[in-house]
Amino acid sequence: MFDTTAASIDFSIIAPEIALLVAAFIILVSVYNESMRNLAPIIATLGLLASLIIAIEQMGNPKTGFFGMVSCDDFTVVFKILFVVSSLLVLLIGRRYFAAKNIDRPEFYALLCISTMGMMVMASTTDLVVIFLGLEIMSVPLYVMAGMDKRSLESNEAGIKYLIMGAFASGFLLMGIAFIFGSSGTTDLRLIAADFQFIGENYQLYFNAGAVLTLVGFAFKVAAVPFHSWVPDVYQGAPTPVTALFSVGPKAAGFAALLRIFNFGFEGLEFISDIFWMLAVLTMTVGNILALRQGNIKRMLAYSSIAHAGYILVAFAVGGSAAMSAAIFYLFAYGLFNLGSFAIITQLEIRSGCKSELSELSGLSKAHPYLSAALTVFMLALAGFPPTVGFIGKFYLFTAAIDGGFIWLTVIGVLNSFISVYYYLRVVKVSFLEKFEGTFAPVKYTPAMMAVLLITLAGTLGLGIFPEKLLEFSKAAIFAFL
Amino acid sequence: MELSLLTFFPAIGALLLLLVPSKQHDTIKMVSLLVAFITFLISLWLYFAFDPIAHPMQFQFSVPWIPSMGISYHMGIDGISLLLIVMTALLMIPAILCSWKSITKSVKGFYISMLLLATGMLGVFCSLDLFLFYVFWEVMLIPMYFIIGLWGGQRRLYAAIKFVLFTMFGSLLMLVAIIYMAFEFKSQTGVYSFDMIALTGMPIDTQVQMWLFGAFALAFAIKVPLFPFHTWLPDAHVEAPTAGSVILAGVLLKLGTYGFIRICMPMFPEATVAFTPYISVLAIIAIIYGALVAMVQKDIKSLVAFSSVSHMGFVMLGLFALNTQALEGSVIQMINHGISTGALFLLVGMIYERRHTRLISEFGGLAKVMPVFSTIFLIVTLSSIGLPLTNGFVGEFLILLGLFKVNTTYAILAATGVILSACYMLWMYQRVIFGKLTNPKNEKLLDLSLREKVILIPLVVLIFWIGIYPKPLFDRLSPSIRLVQEQMQSRASAAKTSKFELVESVKESDYNYDATIEDRLEKVK
Repeated sequence: MFDTTAASIDFSIIAPEIALLVAAFIILVSVYNESMRNLAPIIATLGLLASLIIAIEQMGNPKTGFFGMVSCDDFTVVFKILFVVSSLLVLLIGRRYFAAKNIDRPEFYALLCISTMGMMVMASTTDLVVIFLGLEIMSVPLYVMAGMDKRSLESNEAGIKYLIMGAFASGFLLMGIAFIFGSSGTTDLRLIAADFQFIGENYQLYFNAGAVLTLVGFAFKVAAVPFHSWVPDVYQGAPTPVTALFSVGPKAAGFAALLRIFNFGFEGLEFISDIFWMLAVLTMTVGNILALRQGNIKRMLAYSSIAHAGYILVAFAVGGSAAMSAAIFYLFAYGLFNLGSFAIITQLEIRSGCKSELSELSGLSKAHPYLSAALTVFMLALAGFPPTVGFIGKFYLFTAAIDGGFIWLTVIGVLNSFISVYYYLRVVKVSFLEKFEGTFAPVKYTPAMMAVLLITLAGTLGLGIFPEKLLEFSKAAIFAFL
Repeated sequence: MELSLLTFFPAIGALLLLLVPSKQHDTIKMVSLLVAFITFLISLWLYFAFDPIAHPMQFQFSVPWIPSMGISYHMGIDGISLLLIVMTALLMIPAILCSWKSITKSVKGFYISMLLLATGMLGVFCSLDLFLFYVFWEVMLIPMYFIIGLWGGQRRLYAAIKFVLFTMFGSLLMLVAIIYMAFEFKSQTGVYSFDMIALTGMPIDTQVQMWLFGAFALAFAIKVPLFPFHTWLPDAHVEAPTAGSVILAGVLLKLGTYGFIRICMPMFPEATVAFTPYISVLAIIAIIYGALVAMVQKDIKSLVAFSSVSHMGFVMLGLFALNTQALEGSVIQMINHGISTGALFLLVGMIYERRHTRLISEFGGLAKVMPVFSTIFLIVTLSSIGLPLTNGFVGEFLILLGLFKVNTTYAILAATGVILSACYMLWMYQRVIFGKLTNPKNEKLLDLSLREKVILIPLVVLIFWIGIYPKPLFDRLSPSIRLVQEQMQSRASAAKTSKFELVESVKESDYNYDATIEDRLEKVK
């Protein structure tokens, strides 16, 4: 079954993961040395950068190794780049926040590296067991990070809640994998895809049950309705940079696994498209409607992230290469402007006693005109206004949906995006149009913060006006994979 | 390239403004005025460089933008867009000048928003690619949201969000229709295309046309605004600052009617014909309802706002008469409404600046203290009613002429609207300007300043010029109107021919058309 090259143990395939692991170990060892403690973020940055460079080198050179357990195609590389870039941005966002909140512990940086590594593992395999392994490597550090602010009740609640719900989801996923293994005799998606006809005829019930259970497991991870109930509390309670990480990395990793499993492994499974569109409609609608009445920005962005997961699920319902590359494009785009808005919220939260309530933003434009202008750009991108990349993402997604014959789903999608305009513009309204009361602490623009804002702004607007390169990039990922 | 320069010149001006320190109000105002003026000069140059006899789409410029999706940066104008562009560029100047004293907070932000708004509006008129069209269409919303929401009146927050949500609702469904058009093109030819010229020649199944027409028409009808989608308009108009109202009434409403004539009619001819009765009825309701509501308004500004509903209903009715006279009249009436209503809002803004009220009952006898103001107000009022020798007459007359050929009942009902408009406008004028000067606060009002005269006099000149000698406008307009009609007819007659034949037939009709123009010119000589 396996080709001979696949059996080889080739460490160059997992070099990006190794770079992260090395960085994490160095940090963990150096924690005990007082003078080394301050170096942790720098080591983590170096590790992430090294990993990024190696990942870019891997582009266009598909390989399989470790007895078929690990495969590194362009799909993997594209996701690896997404994970590393988002973790880097989170690291840059987080530094001053942790210092200001007095929770600047070097372990965070090690956990960040390990978690990023877990995401990479999830994206770089066609084996269900390895996907599960990656999921756990990713999730365990996330549980710790969510509860990192030990003195804050909300943060503790977030950590525990995420742990319990995460364990629950893992249970579903394992159960699903067990069913699939039982009916097909393998956990390798390539073998399942090859034998699909046979499995479908003989063990249909068990296989379908396995597929649905797997889907439920990932639906928890990507926060699809009705498996979303943990999201608002965890997003609100966790330290803001960690929330930023939640909203991009793990979500993208979940979608990467879903793409592999349902568009490659179980491609012939027809009823799954129906489940996906139901999930998509529910997720979009519930997310957007609940976001309407939120008074806390982090909570609002939590619901908004649910809604955005819904848009991406539209692509899964549609299926096919155009929809899949649209989903990848959307993940990149969403990562950019969502991290940008979290960067600003973090920046504002550094002022003591701030809970990120919407009302605390009133009059922001008077005190910090540039910051509020940037926040406006990100909100417009989230709402999908041109000329931001948020618009292109939705446009590409909806084009794929119409091309696949899902016009009604597209109409539901645009109506949802209409609802979302209201609450995103509410942030703009509060920061620009409402009267200025009270005082805003001066904002220090550190180089790290400036870098994050410039990267995300340039990406949001630049890719919104010239999206061709990113479109090709996300298409390359899918063509290599199919 | 000329069109790109025109479109993006205001945006470049806005970027320049970013560099000016926000305390230097005079510099900011001068720079933005200069930018608006140069934009106007560019548009004027286009007006004279436009060749009335050559191929309808001129100054075309096309480069691939997002090639994998078949999207190109394609710009070009015909006679219809040319006139609207000149009007837009012209109205920017009074809109900026009238804010000279009335805008006092966040001055820099205001002028940046105005210039970005100009880029959006000009872009919509210039684009020949549906994707580009949509991008400009949406880009316009945000500056307008800020203009209403930040510099508006008491209920500005409500009005601003209402404006955005109404427009968004329509435009998002329009986006679905746009994507569907590109998909339809792909299923016929194998590649995506958003190019308006290519899509205009594409045969579409009648049933599908109905849906597509519906989606586009909803977006445009909200913008026009056609009854019953007009409820955002009074709020937005009354709450917006004067400059916002001028642009809103002068240009933004025209985007809706422009959309009908540029997209709906040539692309979905069968659906246009099928929808004509419904839209005509709605337009008639808008004419009469708008006029009746305008009559009972206590606030001058909301009176003018409702008169816009009525007048735009007239334009819509003319468009959907679907014959040459009415179409030409409608486009001219779009220009006229821009100038007259723009001028009315400017005048209302001027007395509001003096008295800080717009209630009709607060005024009376202004003729004594403000003679120049009263004279100009009279001219503008008469032009809005459509008195012969003013611009309003030309448009209304042509629309009625065209209507009578199609449906006498519609024409009679529309004529009622003209009478009603005379009633409410003249009655308002009488209460504000004539009579005794009863309110002591009005006794010391100053007449128009030099700046205010500079704002108004060009508009007054235009009112008479279009009223007396509109031929240069028609020269540029008629070929494009003809082409729209021919596109509709050739599509209707060739509903079953294949796409390629169709493209050929459209091309042929262009040539034939050029020939007939030349014949006509020969005869004239």
